This record gives sequence, structure tokens and C-alpha cells, in this order.
Amino acid sequence: MSKRVGISGIGPVTAFGVGIDPLWSALLEGRSAIDTIKQFDASLFGCPYAAELDDDFKVRDWVPKHYRKAIKVMCRDIELAMAAAMAAVQDASLVTAAVDKDAEPTIAPERIGCQIGAGLICTDISEVGMAMITSCREDGSFDMDHWGREGMQRLTPLWLLKSLPNMLACHVTIAHDCRGPSNTITCWESSAALSLAESMRVIQRGAADACLSGGCESRQNPLAFHRQCEAGRLTAGTRDSANAVLPFHDDADGCVLGEGGGLLVVESLGHIEQRGGHLYAEIMGAGCTQTIDDWTSVGASAESIEDAIRLALAQAAIDPESIDAIIPFGSGIPAVDSAERDAMHAVFDERSADIPLVLLVPATGNCCSGHGSVQLAVAAKCIETGTLPPRQGDSVEGLHTGTPEATSMSLRNVLVLSVSYGGQNTAVILGGAS
Amino acid sequence: MSNRKRVVVTGAGWVTPMGHDLESVWKRLCNGDTAVAPIERFNAASFPTTFANEVRDYDWRQFVDDPDRHGVIGAHAGFALGAARQAWTMAGLDGHTDLDPRRCGIYLASGEGVLDFNSYQHAITTSWDPEAGAINDSAWHDAAMQVIDGTYELAQEPNMPMAHLAREFKLRGPAANCLTACAASNQAIGEACDLLRRGDADVMISGGTHTMLHPLGITGFNRLTALSNRNDDIPHASRPFSRTRDGFVMGEGSGIIVLETFEHATARGANILGEVMGYGSTADAYRITDIHPEARGPCGAMRQALGDAGIDLNEAGDTPPVQYISAHGTGTQENDKIETRAVKLVFGDLAPRIPMTSIKSMMGHLICAAGAVEFITCLMIMRDGIIPPTINLDDPDPDLDLDYVPNTAREATVDVCLSNAFGFGGQNDTLVVRKLAES
Repeated sequence: MSKRVGISGIGPVTAFGVGIDPLWSALLEGRSAIDTIKQFDASLFGCPYAAELDDDFKVRDWVPKHYRKAIKVMCRDIELAMAAAMAAVQDASLVTAAVDKDAEPTIAPERIGCQIGAGLICTDISEVGMAMITSCREDGSFDMDHWGREGMQRLTPLWLLKSLPNMLACHVTIAHDCRGPSNTITCWESSAALSLAESMRVIQRGAADACLSGGCESRQNPLAFHRQCEAGRLTAGTRDSANAVLPFHDDADGCVLGEGGGLLVVESLGHIEQRGGHLYAEIMGAGCTQTIDDWTSVGASAESIEDAIRLALAQAAIDPESIDAIIPFGSGIPAVDSAERDAMHAVFDERSADIPLVLLVPATGNCCSGHGSVQLAVAAKCIETGTLPPRQGDSVEGLHTGTPEATSMSLRNVLVLSVSYGGQNTAVILGGAS
Repeated sequence: MSNRKRVVVTGAGWVTPMGHDLESVWKRLCNGDTAVAPIERFNAASFPTTFANEVRDYDWRQFVDDPDRHGVIGAHAGFALGAARQAWTMAGLDGHTDLDPRRCGIYLASGEGVLDFNSYQHAITTSWDPEAGAINDSAWHDAAMQVIDGTYELAQEPNMPMAHLAREFKLRGPAANCLTACAASNQAIGEACDLLRRGDADVMISGGTHTMLHPLGITGFNRLTALSNRNDDIPHASRPFSRTRDGFVMGEGSGIIVLETFEHATARGANILGEVMGYGSTADAYRITDIHPEARGPCGAMRQALGDAGIDLNEAGDTPPVQYISAHGTGTQENDKIETRAVKLVFGDLAPRIPMTSIKSMMGHLICAAGAVEFITCLMIMRDGIIPPTINLDDPDPDLDLDYVPNTAREATVDVCLSNAFGFGGQNDTLVVRKLAES
């Protein structure tokens, strides 16, 4: 019998703000954070919308005083992870070095792991530009000899460290003093769910008692955003921002990017009980599969998504009848939606029209490597409160995309799906505590 | 724990600066050879570091059934396809029709691909607004639309190599890619083993692939002063454990292994190269650029891996239970000092009696792929009873006093190896692998 593992703290970071409260309020009120892009001039890009954190977000608020010197080498993705870590740890009532460096930590540092998914972080092109422009000849051509000799010296010595994906985990582990297994999974939208599954395995094999687990990403810079436009995944934005993303809808034409993600505190049930922690939900099962052909930027495989769901059900030792709600990826990318829908239909048969879905991309945007954390945090909150947020926008024929008002219902198990660009599919089942 | 399945290696392959097949590279390693040379891929003549170990004369198309199925791929995916084909063939899995694709997975450690420097530079410098001291976003967009190839850019994502491997070898089971810098491929192998031990798959492809041999990669490490600057003595630049070591030498490539449950491998009569006995993983949680002076992270990873392998040093007596250590051994002042300290802290009096070498002295540092090629080297050492040397060790650091097998290969009976990989960013991962009596 494997060690049972659950979620004892949730720290989502979304365009609504840091922590579960602003996100949950927005979902209950049916609000969307998608708006015209403000962080750079995107007027000429293929999509005018994103869900961005507003200017009130200051990473200083989430970094302990003794570690603030490191802020200058944090890119946006790292900042999001620092905020998520503090929110998750505080939500779980854990004392770590970042909460109080002089206090006895709730869990010994060696017994806390850290699995934080990340994306391909783009360098700040203005920062690089400041150096590169000094290596241009009068005719505008680039002089590599000058770059090697002098131009590169304009970059701060630690420049590289701002954009290495594992620096999210690096900063979080230092600030919170987590010395257990630490990993950085880079599988786009499946990164966070894969991280959660790995955190569970790390705890089950006895290598840690708890892990900070999830992912964070921001693609709100011209280079990263341009890549997404080129990939054909984003909506052209011909509708108003509130209706920009229409998952599973006939008019869907792509997703909108969001900044964010989050970290969860994943912990063995025995340890949660021992320290008097709060259990949101138990991780009942996690299945992951790889699509072998249709993993292009606008493709997905229903069969491989179905495999992931069946693996998760088998690990949870429950039948499909026990799933009371689903949080699918629901990106609004037509072929990906179609594959998800077919997979749900294959597993749940006629019930697939009746199982309530919670669709998050229309509210938070697609937070890429962090998106699974947003889904998982919301799933945990749904189970804890026995509440499903209301539907945003119109209903979709053949699917139960929610009701106009929030619904109260006891949730036995909630299924969370992730489908990544690159073909990694994950299904995680969270169960109500019993 | 007691229910966990045994995990064995049945195939190995690599694409490295020293060659693209297992045996010829192995021979060069045993001969104390190196591939280090001035960088040819781009004009690095004025860079603080002008040399590296480049993969040369390599064409991934020779290793796949139908290159057109893969379309535009990054160099990292190309390296991985070649290494994986070798491993898959060695494991006897080419044309094997009994495999259930759902029970075959992949846990890879791929780094990011290569950004197209010319188009990147062009878009930036032509859109620079000197008055604002920043990029003009609209001008950048116009330039980017002209010069940046979206298809190429997307192929550089770190999860693309695994997708190509899955396509080539029909792997539909558990799948992930991790990117923990220099520790990544040890971590991938360790986590792949965990999935097999649990019974989540029968076969896993694992290992790493990476190149940072491009202008911004070398720029980044030069700014960190992590690379050797020994431009006037390139053949001797990579000198781990030497008194005059001044940084690592960049390499690139891929190392891939096929892992299987013991029962799956034996049921199909596969040749077993070794059994993965232990895996340990820790975070330094100390500083962004420094390793903890007491080597707590590396010590923790090694102790965990030994414990996982069921090796109790208190019961070892005078006989080292590990006969070879593959050092992370980068050739930076700090790494070699702290790794030596860590090995002494973990193994105590036995430490000086365990040969420990760094093949980075010959091959350079393959970053995300380093752990995997060093793990494969361990398999070859156990097979042939030869320990390749740490070359360029003609001026040993007097403070580093372990047996680094200087300059010349040595014959030895090696049944158990320990392999270290420590990442920039604080991740430390150690593997323990043993030779099976019947292999």
C-alpha cells in the first residue's frame, strides 16, 4: 500500500493576484482577467489580449528581507514562483526560513522537496539590446569581434542566471531552505501536473515529507509572445476580451496567454495529521502519457489523453462513475479541445455530457508551465468548499460547462487534465478527504 | 520498498564531441584523447574563451527511419535521436513487435535548443530606440516577422527532443523532461528508474541532450567566469583537480540509455549492461552561485544514493563497496575542491582508495547530457575493467588528494560505480550502478 499523499496548501498566482482568495472570488463572480496587453506594445502582434498581473504585484512583498538582494537576478517567471511559494507555505501554515529565518522550521529542511515546472525563459531583449547596440558598426551590421571583446561586458555577470529554467527552484529552495529532491520539469502546460505527480512519488518513496510543487511562467515579452503567435495557438482576438477564449465552442480560434501558475504544498497524509495541518484534497492518482504523432503546436491525441485518464483512474482505484467534476485544459485551441472532448467521451461515455466542467483559460488565460497549478489549486478549493464556480459565457452543446450561478455539491473526486504542446498528457485525480 | 522492481540498463548510445558511436568514443577515452579545439561554429576569436568540444560531422538523419517524419528539429533533438537509436538497437529493440507502446516511456533531460543568433541580433539592433534606451516593440515585431523563423524557434523548446524520440520509437507511456542544468540527466535517469520500480512502465528511454555552444551560451558562461580562458594552451585547458584549473570547457551532445525492469529484460533475453541500484537527489539551498562549503548537498545526494542501493559504509570494513566514482569534476576551482571534500566526508578513510576521474577533462562539459555520458562511461568501465584517466593532471592541486587516475588509463575490477552530477542552481544527483554477475 503506497503512502497516501495530499495537498495541504495552495498558492496560485494569476492575473487576479497572489493566493487563492482573489482567484476564487473572481471565479465565483464570473470575472475574466483577460484584457488588452499592457506590458509591451502588442498592437501589431497576432493577438491583442493576455491576462497580466497588474502593477500592484511587487515581488518584494513575497521575498523575505534577508533575501531581497537576489531580486535583481530574478526574471518575471522567478518572481511569480517566489510569490507562489510564500502564498503556498503560508496557506499551509508552515514555518520555513522565508517565513521566519530564526524560528524552528515546521519541517526539517532535508525533508522538503521542490518540483517547479518552468518554460523556456526568454532573455529580456531590451537588456540584451543595451549591450548589443554597442557592437554595431556604423552601417548597422553586427561586429561579433567587438561583442566578444567589449559588447558582452555590458551584460551583468549573472545575466545568464536570470533565464535558466531551474532558477525558479533555485531561488525558492534557498529562500525557504528546502534541501530535499528538487526538479524542474519543462513540458509546457503539463509541467505543473507532472511536477505534482513527481512530488507524490518523491514522498511515497520516502525521500521527503512534503514538497513545494507546481510551476510558473510568463510569456509576456515580445520574443516569447511572438513565438506563440507563430505557433498558431493564440486567438486572433476579433471578439471582445471577455469572450476571447471559447473552449469547446464552434467559434473557438485559439487561447490567450496568462501570467502565473502557482505552487502547492504536497504532503503525506500522515505528516499533515501529525502536525495538525489542513488537508484540502488527497492526490488519488496521476497518469501521464506521451502523444507520438499529433503533438504539434495545434494538435493533440484523444487516445493518449484517454490513456492518461484511465491510468489515473486505475491508480486511484476508482471507476469513472466516481468523478464528479472535471477541470480540463479547455484552451480554446480547436484541435486540442476536440481531442480532450473525444477523450472525455471515450472514458465517460454518455456521462460526459453531464459531468460539470470548470473552464479556467477564459478567466486566467493559459499560464503555460504554470497552468496545471492553477487548475489543481482550483480543484482543491472546489473540493474543500463543495462549490463549483459558475460558467463564463455561453453553454456548449453536448458538454456541461457549468451553470450561470455557482453550484454547491459534495465532490468525491475531481479530474484535472493537462495537454501540452509537445504531446505530454496528464490526468490527476484529487479526492475529497475521507 | 520491498515490492519495488529491479531496474537494469540494456542499451546505451551517445553522440559526443569525441565521436558518434559507443566503441570508438570509449577507445578514445581510454587513450586519454580529447576533442577540444578552437570554436568553428561561430566567430569566437575575440571571446574570453575561444575553444570548446564541438560535435563535428554529425548527421542525425542517418539514425532515423524516415527523416521527413521529424521535419525541422533542433540540434538537441538531433543529438538525442542518434544516441537513442544506438541505445535502442543495442537493447535489441529495433523491430521488436511485442513491446506495448503504452508501457514504454521517456524521461529525458534536454536543455533548451539554440536560438538563431543572427535573426535575434538583427531584430534587436534594428528596433533599438536610443532615446528610450529600450526596444521599440512595434519595430521589433516588424523585424522579427521578417527574420525570425517561427517553426525553427518552436523546435528549440526543451520538450521537443522527447517528442521526436517518442515519435521515432513509439513511446506512449510516462513522459517528462527535466532541466536542472548539469545535474539534469542523472536526475532524469533516477526518476525514470523510480517509475520503473513502481511498475508504471516496463521500458524507459532516459538520458540527456544539450548544446550551449552558441554565441549567447558562451557569452553567459564567460560573464559568469565559469569557463576556462586558457586560449594559449587549448589542449590542456580542461584540467580537473589540477592546481592551475581555471574553469570548465564547453562540450555538447547526448547520452541515452534504455532502462527496463529486470523481469522484462530477462523475459526477452536482453543483454544486461548493469543494474541501477541507487539514486539520491538534493538541493543545496545555499547561494545562487556558490556550493555550500561543507558540501551538504553533494554529501546528501551521495548518502541517499548509497542508502538506496543498500550500501552501508559502516559495514564496509576495509573494502570499498564502490570501486569507481565518476566525478562531476568540472575543472572549476570550487567544484573540484568541494566534490573532493564531499567524497571524503561520505567515504571517510576509504575515499583515497576509490579511483575517481573526470571524463570532462577529455570530452568537456555536456551540461544537461553530462550525467548520462558519464553514467554510460561507468557501464563501459565495468564491462572492460578499464578506468579512463583524468587527463591534464600534471600539476595536481596539493589540497586535492584523492586518486584521480592521472593522465593514463588503469586496469581495475569494478563491480559498483557511483556517478555524481551537480547543477548550477543547486540540484545534486547521484546514481549507483552495479555490474550483474551474469552480465
